[in-house]
Amino acid sequence: MTDILKIENLEVVYNDVVLVLKGLSLSCAEGEITALLGANGAGKSTTLKAVSGLLQAEDGEVTAGSVLYKGEPVQGVIPERIVRRGVFQVMEGRRIFEDLTVEENLRCGAFTRPRSEAARSMERVYEYFPRLRERRRQLAGYLSGGEQQMCAIGRAIMARPDLLLLDEPSLGLAPLLVEEIFEIIQRFNRDEGVTVLLVEQNARAALSVATSGYIMENGRVVMEGTARELLNNPDVQEFYLGMGHGGDKKSYRDVKHYRRRKRWLG
Amino acid sequence: MEYYLQLIVNGLVVGGIYSLVALGFVVIYKATKVVNFAQGELVMAGAYVCFALTVQFNIPFLWAFLVTLAFSVLLGLGIERMVLRPLIGEEHISVIMVTVGMSSVLKSLVQLFWGTQIKVYPQVLPTEPVVVAGLPVAPVYIAAFVLSAALFAIFSLFFKYSRTGVAMRATAFDQQAAQSMGIGIKNIFAMSWCIACVVSAVGGVILGNINGINAHLGHLGLKVFPAVILGGLDSLLGAALGGLIIGVLENVCDGAARQLLGLGGVREVAAFIILVVILMIKPYGLFGTREIERV
Repeated sequence: MTDILKIENLEVVYNDVVLVLKGLSLSCAEGEITALLGANGAGKSTTLKAVSGLLQAEDGEVTAGSVLYKGEPVQGVIPERIVRRGVFQVMEGRRIFEDLTVEENLRCGAFTRPRSEAARSMERVYEYFPRLRERRRQLAGYLSGGEQQMCAIGRAIMARPDLLLLDEPSLGLAPLLVEEIFEIIQRFNRDEGVTVLLVEQNARAALSVATSGYIMENGRVVMEGTARELLNNPDVQEFYLGMGHGGDKKSYRDVKHYRRRKRWLG
Repeated sequence: MEYYLQLIVNGLVVGGIYSLVALGFVVIYKATKVVNFAQGELVMAGAYVCFALTVQFNIPFLWAFLVTLAFSVLLGLGIERMVLRPLIGEEHISVIMVTVGMSSVLKSLVQLFWGTQIKVYPQVLPTEPVVVAGLPVAPVYIAAFVLSAALFAIFSLFFKYSRTGVAMRATAFDQQAAQSMGIGIKNIFAMSWCIACVVSAVGGVILGNINGINAHLGHLGLKVFPAVILGGLDSLLGAALGGLIIGVLENVCDGAARQLLGLGGVREVAAFIILVVILMIKPYGLFGTREIERV
């Protein structure tokens, strides 16, 4: 198995002062779904933006380390060229173009693809998301949150990427819808052989579709392993999946536990 | 009655030119959220270049017109590259101030090359009026109106159906998300300045054919504000109708004031009085985008 994406000792600084990533390393095996988990502010989104090049628009800068995509560095490459190389990021919060219709949104996703392909890709998106077909002439701003997320993932399908960066696709969605979206992500991964790097807060949902995962805290990876290993790890169970041991409430007097917790949640 | 009909026809022609210039303004605003105060000076630049080519270099008008369009594309690229690109990511107010500065620079350059005297275009179309619906109308007026309408049709189709047009609207809504689709937003910005320069130059050439040109042509840019605010800052249809309505209203108000009250010069202020009224009763304009709020 080769790694399509390899991040080594990455350091990212925002506005020249805020050190967000402090030597992060991870890799994504080709054709697999890799989950990247962590609390708020751990630097998950920043990691994705460092890969897609969108960091540049936010005054973020890679100060050390390297990001290798298909064996070649992507630092300093402008975002549109990275997209053309086959990396597509679905940004956090859906970020659909509200004044455009669903169909126009999808066409934007295919911006870097040959025009002849558009009709076929569009058909495929509608196969994955039949609900979008019904609404294709509507302004995307009037879609429900779930449909907007479908539209955002639909744009990614239109781009036919080799590496898909998904930033919190479950954000603000009802549990059933989360399940549906994750199933489609899994199907997309299986049918098209797309490698997925999935950033999530919803650890259980993410690990249910991923083959391996990383857990980040404070700009570093604190744990990595296969999805099964992570799911069975007692610390992950306690702090991410909310399963207490034996159901008794932990107390701060239990210093050992407190230290352990502190290591996880900073 | 015929007096007023004549005023309306004149108003439509002038309004057509306002619409064109407003189109340029709206395209820039839509794609880059820059309020361009140099729009009138772009009109002036186009008009003077075409004048120089036809009169000073004796190039046939049609060729001169085409060369002017090419020049406008270059002007648009140049302005975007040298003036606006360094300001990406800066405060909106700084960018707006730069366009104010640019309007002065363009105006001074024109005065430097061509002086401040009024210049007259050579006669291109026949002067013999054509009778439309019982009213005599100069052919140049008809040509002006048809040309404006055609440009509008072309750009509406462009924004609705072409990939670049859709990408421009997407960029207008969310630059970073557009970037994440692989849309090169710098190209989009350059493109919108090119379009703005081209349509303004067409407006300038038409105006030159009707009235002749002088160094105050740039004031036309100010008339664009009532037009776009009436139509809605980011709507093409709004720019078209806004321009026409302002053109007609200011002509009719002027004519009425002249006939009934014996006052001259109402034309200059009518548009701005209308502007204030619109802002009071319909601040988003007729077709402007309201924020979409999902309930």
